[in-house]
Amino acid sequence: MKKTLLTAALVAGFSLPALAQQITVINFGGANANAQKKAYYEPFEKTGTKVVAVEYNGEQAKIKAMVETKKVTWDVVEVESPDVARGCDEGLFEKLDYAKIGNKADFLPAAVTECGVGVFVWSTVMAYNGDKLAAGPKTWADFFDTKKFAGKRGMRKGARYNVEFALMADGVKVGDVYKVLATKEGADRAFKKLTELKPSIQWWEAGAQPPQFLVAGDVAMTTVYNGRIDAANREGKNLKITWTGGIYDLDYWVIPKGSPNKDAALKFIAFASTPDAQAEYAKNIAYGPTNTKALAKLDAKVLGNLPTSPANSADALQFDLKFWADQGEQLEKRFAAWAAQ
Amino acid sequence: MSATLAAPPPDPRALQHALARADKQRKLRAFSLTLPLLLFLALTFLVPIAVLLKRAVENPEVANALPRTAAALDGWNREGTPPAEAYAALTRDLASLPDSADAGALARRLNSEVPGARSLVMATYKALPLPQTTAATSATDLKAAVLALDERWGEPTYWQAIAKNGSRWTPDYLLTSVDLRRDAKGAVERVEPEQRAFGRILVRTFEISLVVTLWCLALAYPLAYWLTTLPARTANVLMILVLVPFWTSILVRVAAWIVLLQSEGLVNHALIGLHVINQPLALLFNRTGVVIAMVHILLPFMILPLYSVMKSVPPTYLRAAVSLGSAPLAAFFRVYVPQTYAGIGAGALLVFILSIGYYVTPALLGGPDDQMLSYYIAQYTNVTVNWGMACALGALLLAATLVLYAVYRRVTNSELSLG
Repeated sequence: MKKTLLTAALVAGFSLPALAQQITVINFGGANANAQKKAYYEPFEKTGTKVVAVEYNGEQAKIKAMVETKKVTWDVVEVESPDVARGCDEGLFEKLDYAKIGNKADFLPAAVTECGVGVFVWSTVMAYNGDKLAAGPKTWADFFDTKKFAGKRGMRKGARYNVEFALMADGVKVGDVYKVLATKEGADRAFKKLTELKPSIQWWEAGAQPPQFLVAGDVAMTTVYNGRIDAANREGKNLKITWTGGIYDLDYWVIPKGSPNKDAALKFIAFASTPDAQAEYAKNIAYGPTNTKALAKLDAKVLGNLPTSPANSADALQFDLKFWADQGEQLEKRFAAWAAQ
Repeated sequence: MSATLAAPPPDPRALQHALARADKQRKLRAFSLTLPLLLFLALTFLVPIAVLLKRAVENPEVANALPRTAAALDGWNREGTPPAEAYAALTRDLASLPDSADAGALARRLNSEVPGARSLVMATYKALPLPQTTAATSATDLKAAVLALDERWGEPTYWQAIAKNGSRWTPDYLLTSVDLRRDAKGAVERVEPEQRAFGRILVRTFEISLVVTLWCLALAYPLAYWLTTLPARTANVLMILVLVPFWTSILVRVAAWIVLLQSEGLVNHALIGLHVINQPLALLFNRTGVVIAMVHILLPFMILPLYSVMKSVPPTYLRAAVSLGSAPLAAFFRVYVPQTYAGIGAGALLVFILSIGYYVTPALLGGPDDQMLSYYIAQYTNVTVNWGMACALGALLLAATLVLYAVYRRVTNSELSLG
């Protein structure tokens, strides 16, 4: 018996890696990774390719190091929007062959780029605890008004999103935010507005923190990635989102240049871009599909939580990745100087 | 050996030579035994530091991508728009780049000097060759075509950045790390007030490290003293209590502090329950939380050297001082404490130098005003992908540490001893 087991184990050990192809897919972990596993990895494995999921925290430096040393071990990577354009320009990613992925016209316009295809639409919004605050903030001006709403505010450590929110709170129209921010006076105005709120801000670093702040009562309201609120509410919490003035953005699939499993990686991306897979994903976490045909497969309840639904996106701002690719370094440095004042 | 000694030496000089040779061989053998370690140190320690220092002054992007443009800008007085030849050279340089990755590297480099240069360079690169131009088009017409493509090429700032970075080496990263920069003509000046960040960050880094060191000393000194007065057995058990957290992962300890210190956490609940406070204290995501957690993590580094030095101080000295008429407290401070200076110095230096490089603890427990230099090194490495800047900040940290060590040696007039 023992011997047969051993033989079986040996046979399995030697033959499996030879039979099954394997790709390594990198994601951001957390609730998002679980939803991806259900909607993308597990169904894709049924087609015969094993998916090894690895988490990272968006460090493009890791991809750069792999590509430069020509030791690429990652096949598909989920990246944030500023990194798609930058990495594509600097030759870190493979150019995508859309004939193998799907019909470009089916996707949101922003989801189709030279090196990356959109995975989902997510939004940074304001949220509050429905159990502790009956009438929540309606606008960013409310969020910045500590007289009207007492208590601390959670905000992400860094300039990104916060300077946009500050301008909206200062009365800049959604459509003009990036136009104003591009000027020296606009940036001054944003930081001046942030200074007003500074004593009341409790900063967060990881996406999992703001829902915890709300549940623990550390803050009265916070900026947060909308999917995290959805995940907390699935665990029985009563957190509420105000969609007005939220900043929506896409995450993208890219293939690092020189990936040894490029074909399988493309097949995976094509699979994850189908309406069925994307609809399944949206049911597991409240991030919007990039394939517009997936919307028809979702019911009203799921749609109501997505950043892409008409009601939620009416007063939303699209993240301007060209602006941040140009101005990001300068603004982040200014933020560091501002924080020290 | 004894045989050679017994026979009378034929020539004292020959003996001297033989002795010298034997000595040399012995030294060589000893040296060759340390060779693996030296090699290991060189490969894992010296070479990376050398590469880091080199990267902090390396500036190949513009020189590689735009050699003709840099040459054409050579005589330019860096005011107004540059000569038409520079525009022509730019289109030729960009068009002859072998790979879009080179344009990307150029765009990144220029963008860290002038925000906006990234989109300008990439858009121009992608638009080449310019419509209705050929190899025979005159420089003036090319200039007009480039300006028609993007009028920002008419602004001198982008050209100044190219002219300034034409050489392969640059002091810019190092200057930026101390809030200085070169202006368009190359003179060194301070950066605008709203961009002055690193000076304050460096001061903050030292400030936090100093506070942590003082707290560690204040807590560790009595504890280490108490340990030396206990019987060996009890002292060993207590020492294990000191060491167990020392062996636990930093992340685990940081997470534990979050649980303890949050506003609904154990510490606040206990204080409110005891009616010490009415409102929960803000212990987290500010300087307090960072200092508490760092002191906890670094405490063993202070206790161990103190304990080992205190163990070697004979308790009889203190007794002698008291029996000779000194007040116990005065005897402690004038007789005992001076004998532990070596331990205080070693512990304090160890804790201080470890604190300076702290990253995870302030990142997770602090606000933006509590981040130390390493946080920004990580940010430039991972997020901004500006490795020149990351290396310059690393060099700054290294230099600060070396200066500190030199000061320590000057003050204590001794080598670092770890007990």
